[in-house]
Amino acid sequence: MSSHETTTHEPVLTGAVLAKLEALYPKYPDKRSLLLPALWLVQEARGWISDGSVAEVAENLGLTPAYVRGVVTFYTMYHTHPVGRHFIQVCTTSPCGICGAEDVARALVKESGCGDLGATSADGRFTVIEVECLGACGFPTPILIDDDFIENVTVEGVPAILARYR
Amino acid sequence: MGYPHPIHPKETPVLSKHFGEIEARTYEGWVKRGGYVALKKAIGMAPDDIINEVKVSGLRGRGGAGFPTGLKWSFMPKADGKQHYLCCNADESEPGTFKDREILRWTPHALIEGCAIAQLAIRAETCYIYIRGEFTEPYHILQRAVDEAYASGVLGGNALGSGKRIDIVVHRGAGAYICGEETAMMNSIEGRRGNPRIKPPFPAVSGLFGMPTTINNVETLAAVPAIINQGAAWYAKLSLSNPKSTGTKLISVCGHVQRPGTYEITLGFPMKELIYDLCGGMHPGRTLKAVIPGGSSVPIMTPEEVEGCATDYEGIIANGSMLGSGGMIVMDDTTDIVHVAMRLAKFYAHESCAQCTNCREGTAWTTRILERMLAGDGKESDLDLLLDLAENMTGKTICVLSDSCAAPVVSGIQKFRPDFDRHLTAPRPAASVGA
Repeated sequence: MSSHETTTHEPVLTGAVLAKLEALYPKYPDKRSLLLPALWLVQEARGWISDGSVAEVAENLGLTPAYVRGVVTFYTMYHTHPVGRHFIQVCTTSPCGICGAEDVARALVKESGCGDLGATSADGRFTVIEVECLGACGFPTPILIDDDFIENVTVEGVPAILARYR
Repeated sequence: MGYPHPIHPKETPVLSKHFGEIEARTYEGWVKRGGYVALKKAIGMAPDDIINEVKVSGLRGRGGAGFPTGLKWSFMPKADGKQHYLCCNADESEPGTFKDREILRWTPHALIEGCAIAQLAIRAETCYIYIRGEFTEPYHILQRAVDEAYASGVLGGNALGSGKRIDIVVHRGAGAYICGEETAMMNSIEGRRGNPRIKPPFPAVSGLFGMPTTINNVETLAAVPAIINQGAAWYAKLSLSNPKSTGTKLISVCGHVQRPGTYEITLGFPMKELIYDLCGGMHPGRTLKAVIPGGSSVPIMTPEEVEGCATDYEGIIANGSMLGSGGMIVMDDTTDIVHVAMRLAKFYAHESCAQCTNCREGTAWTTRILERMLAGDGKESDLDLLLDLAENMTGKTICVLSDSCAAPVVSGIQKFRPDFDRHLTAPRPAASVGA
């Protein structure tokens, strides 16, 4: 969504990021297969994937921007707009749902100041989303804050967890 | 938490023996535990002999379908001069399933060794391990183990000095349950949207990059080193009920049990003992209401069906469901089956790739009907409508995602009808009136 990109696009596939991508070339028989790894590298560097980044990735891999955008939007973990500095994913699928996950999700939204699922807090620190099955069903409720996987989260435990990211 | 429990005396630890041992994650620690001996042995074997050993062991796919692994490998062409591929399915995303995660986190070298042996058997130089994007910790551990395996000469152009090339690439998914379907996974590795492909052609004929490909689950591949080490006969004897179900199986148990977690049982182990002895049964004062035994895609079981059920491929079918992935969701008497069915339908609606009309519309429609039922706006005719939808979502699409959505809904209505009736007859909850 270009409306989010208010400043001129600063190239992302340069220097260390480009070097990391090029190091992956030999692992695949064609360039298109590097699309998911390339998008991960962009998101790691910028926090989200802008139209400018889409165009760069397309150029590098010999694809069209429309094709790349089609792939970006298929996968839920790629952000097509900026998100909070800490991105919180909370599992509310059935196994966690029957153990109180929806209450944990509500507590996270409230404590983080996001106001709503999918929204970002006014200080730009947090975004909270509900996510389908995180694959840790025995330890409800599991949440993912950026790359940190946290299990057995309870409503009571939410403030202390968020404090670690403030 | 999330760390493994002490092994219960009734478990059979083959895959889980070293869960919880930090040192087992490293190359040195793995070698100390007998690691890579099976790979050395396999390097000295003819590919067909490896395949035969796995056939005789009776090993079946642990991802859900239960297809005989050796037979699957034997479908790969022999001297066709083409590049062959192995894909390891580490996209564990089936609600209730969290067993591959333990292998990836604790014994990544067991998986690497299993992949390498499978690659020798199917003559594939390259294996892609497709790991779901949300598995951040397992991804880092696995990638580190792969790097170590290259550094120590297990992988690469001259694997273990064999003169053979064995490459393993860890490929991260990015949030799409459907990529656990084997043809969607291949599309995803190829840098496409994760839409399942129409079969035939089957992957062994035309798979990844159009080349002969085999796709196996993490747990299946991790079991291979033990089979090569201790022999097919030993593995085939690990069977408590039906000779068609051999070996051990990781069962991840979640929901309303006192000790949820991943347990390793010999196939055929009584389901009741698994729930009550290993997992400690229900919380005090609660009783068992329902069990989804094999990940969310299989029919729901009643306590009566659980009673005499052997936990293996045939035993669970005989009792109205399927072993599936071995992801077991246990529910006590506080559970509203309509709510469980709604959340599952919502999951499938969210994860539908939307290629097929029956799935795209059916999963969304099913969710909306269940939601309105829960809001007190259901109609008597909704049950017939749900069953009619389910009929049109079963066996009519490219992959089985929509069938999976239908299974818990149909079994829920058939086996837990009073829960549905309660929502149809109860007055609308105050919150929704005039909202």
